[in-house]
Amino acid sequence: MTAMITIEGMTKVYTMGEFEVHALRGVNVTINSGEFVAIMGPSGSGKSTLMNMIGCLDTPTAGRYQLDGIEVASLNDNDLSAVRARKLGFVFQQYMLLPRQTALANVEMPMVYRGIPASERKRRATVALELVGMGNRLDHRPNELSGGQQQRVAIARALAGSPSVILADEPTGALDSTTSEEIMLTLQQLNREQGLTIIIVTHEADIAAYADRIVTIRDGVVLHDRKNEAHHGVE
Amino acid sequence: MALNNSKRQILAPVTESKSNGLEYGELLRVSMDSLMANKLRTFLTMLGVIIGVASVVSLMTLGNGASNAITNQFSSLGTNNLTILPGRPNRGGPPGQIGVQPLTMTDVKTIRVLKLPINGPVPNFTNQATLSAAAAEKSGQVLGTTAEYKDVNTIVMASGSFFSEGNVQSASQVVVLGSNLKTFLFGSGEAVGESIRINSMNVRVVGVMEAKGGNPFGSVDDQALVPITLAQSRLFAGRSTSGELRVSNITVAVKNTEDIPFVEERLKMALRDARKLNADGTDDDFQVLNQASFLTSLTQVTSLLTTFLAAVAGISLLVGGIGIMNIMLVSVTERTREIGLRRAVGAQSKDILLQFMIEAMVLSMLGGITGVIVGSILPIILTITKIFEAPVTLSSVIISLTVSLATGLFFGIWPARNAARLNPIQALRHE
Ligand SMILES: Nc1ncnc2c1ncn2[C@@H]1O[C@H](COP(=O)(O)OP(=O)(O)OP(=O)(O)O)[C@@H](O)[C@H]1O
Ligand SMILES: [Mg+2]
Repeated sequence: MTAMITIEGMTKVYTMGEFEVHALRGVNVTINSGEFVAIMGPSGSGKSTLMNMIGCLDTPTAGRYQLDGIEVASLNDNDLSAVRARKLGFVFQQYMLLPRQTALANVEMPMVYRGIPASERKRRATVALELVGMGNRLDHRPNELSGGQQQRVAIARALAGSPSVILADEPTGALDSTTSEEIMLTLQQLNREQGLTIIIVTHEADIAAYADRIVTIRDGVVLHDRKNEAHHGVE
Repeated sequence: MALNNSKRQILAPVTESKSNGLEYGELLRVSMDSLMANKLRTFLTMLGVIIGVASVVSLMTLGNGASNAITNQFSSLGTNNLTILPGRPNRGGPPGQIGVQPLTMTDVKTIRVLKLPINGPVPNFTNQATLSAAAAEKSGQVLGTTAEYKDVNTIVMASGSFFSEGNVQSASQVVVLGSNLKTFLFGSGEAVGESIRINSMNVRVVGVMEAKGGNPFGSVDDQALVPITLAQSRLFAGRSTSGELRVSNITVAVKNTEDIPFVEERLKMALRDARKLNADGTDDDFQVLNQASFLTSLTQVTSLLTTFLAAVAGISLLVGGIGIMNIMLVSVTERTREIGLRRAVGAQSKDILLQFMIEAMVLSMLGGITGVIVGSILPIILTITKIFEAPVTLSSVIISLTVSLATGLFFGIWPARNAARLNPIQALRHE
């Protein structure tokens, strides 16, 4: 099993005038290729901060971060963009679909920034939408879709470019429990069948239960990191 | 765990192309999408540029047309001509007429004896009269002049001939008609050989002139030209209070352009001498109009006017540009989350910059093109209907489009930089 993500002694300090907020205080975690990990912890514990670091949206104050063999901490803004485009897929709590674009166009959008030709983008977007069960909604716009369907489109968008890791910060935060379950099953299926490495952040134990491993964070450090025993979904 | 082997990799890894990065075509599509998303706003934003460019194009075109028209009219008068008029030289106010001795045939003689390198002098004596033919009658201008008038004013005859020096000597009852006047009196029929009446006197038409266009003293096309002797002695009251034969003005055509200043000076000196005026010109009661210098200053005035109009129009283009900037700033704020999303999924900061730059430029260019079309309508209609020659020049089109593109660039750069500098995390959290 190969390490997809290696984080060692990662800290993040936000400076707000005289104040310093230590959002991460030395996080060590290794995530292997093909793992499905849930990050849990109380509000303000640093989950989103950690996800932003993993997502190459921000750089840590100190520590090492290696993603799929790339030393991320030393990259500049352009290189970080390139890493995000090629290695990562994001799923947001608020779906973040472009309101006027069809599902297909939304899923194609990230690939535009990688110079992938239009025909290939379309093929990939179609496959990705089919994978999340939205194959019959290609031309629907977000306002013609339910929240759960919108989140599926967002998942398709994250996976269409064959990323190394899919990151989802509270992907079910805006959904009811039944829809949440469906979304989690979809993610679980993508993990099992496509071998995608998936990391989610959640407050809810029910949601975390779909993952194979649960990392609990408190005050910017890893409190527990254990295999999920009360496993939900398909074994 | 044999997970790796059991994977069904439906989505194979992307084989990255050599020229990774965003094509401009895609950016253009993205920009067009967002412009189409709010059509009314897009249109209103463009309206500023449309109005600006349309006024630049139409004002420049009409201004050029006007200055061409004026230049042509004055050139038709003969740019080497000097015209002597009664009245005090215009020194800031209207020409004074009080205590002015009229120009007379004596003055004409004074000039003639100077033996200057000129054609003429040609005395002109103008009066209003009723002109009537069998079918039509109107009040028009009768110009009494000499046979030299034809050469000095480069008159071309449409039919017949100009009256002769002999006609002038004997005060013959003959007339030469301007082209408009001929059409009015005789329609398309033959005029030469026919008679018309000037007031109550019968005169024979000996010639019709080609159309020549207007001049500041009224268009010759509307005039009836008769021997000056006839006008002075029989048609009109030609004697001044002192009993001399009056003339309205005197024209001379200087043979060589270089001689104009010298001739002008000699004329003035001779007239002052003959009329017993101060030699330094302080109490001149006549003035010499120099077509060439008048034309030069006129051209300066019209080009200044054109520039001024263009500048005023340019200001509205500036306002249009500020409109674009304003809307782009709003658009960046409104779309902060979209920008955050695009950055998160891999757009580089320069991709965002370009997206918004292109958007601003599409706005300004579409506005510019529409403006050129709108601004060309009036000049084109005027030109086609032959009311006024104002052809739309390529230069005004190129200038307007360049300026509107520059407007888009200039006013787009700030909002676009704001967008490009957004931190992706904060942008995603916006609202
Ligand atoms: N941009 C920032 N500037 C200053 N402080 C920040 C910033 N982002 C996060 N923080 C602080 O860092 C700490 C961790 O925040 P983070 O968003 O990672 O928490 P979280 O675990 O995701 O919480 P929640 O469950 O409520 O989303 C908090 O104290 C927060 O106030
Ligand atoms: Mg959070």
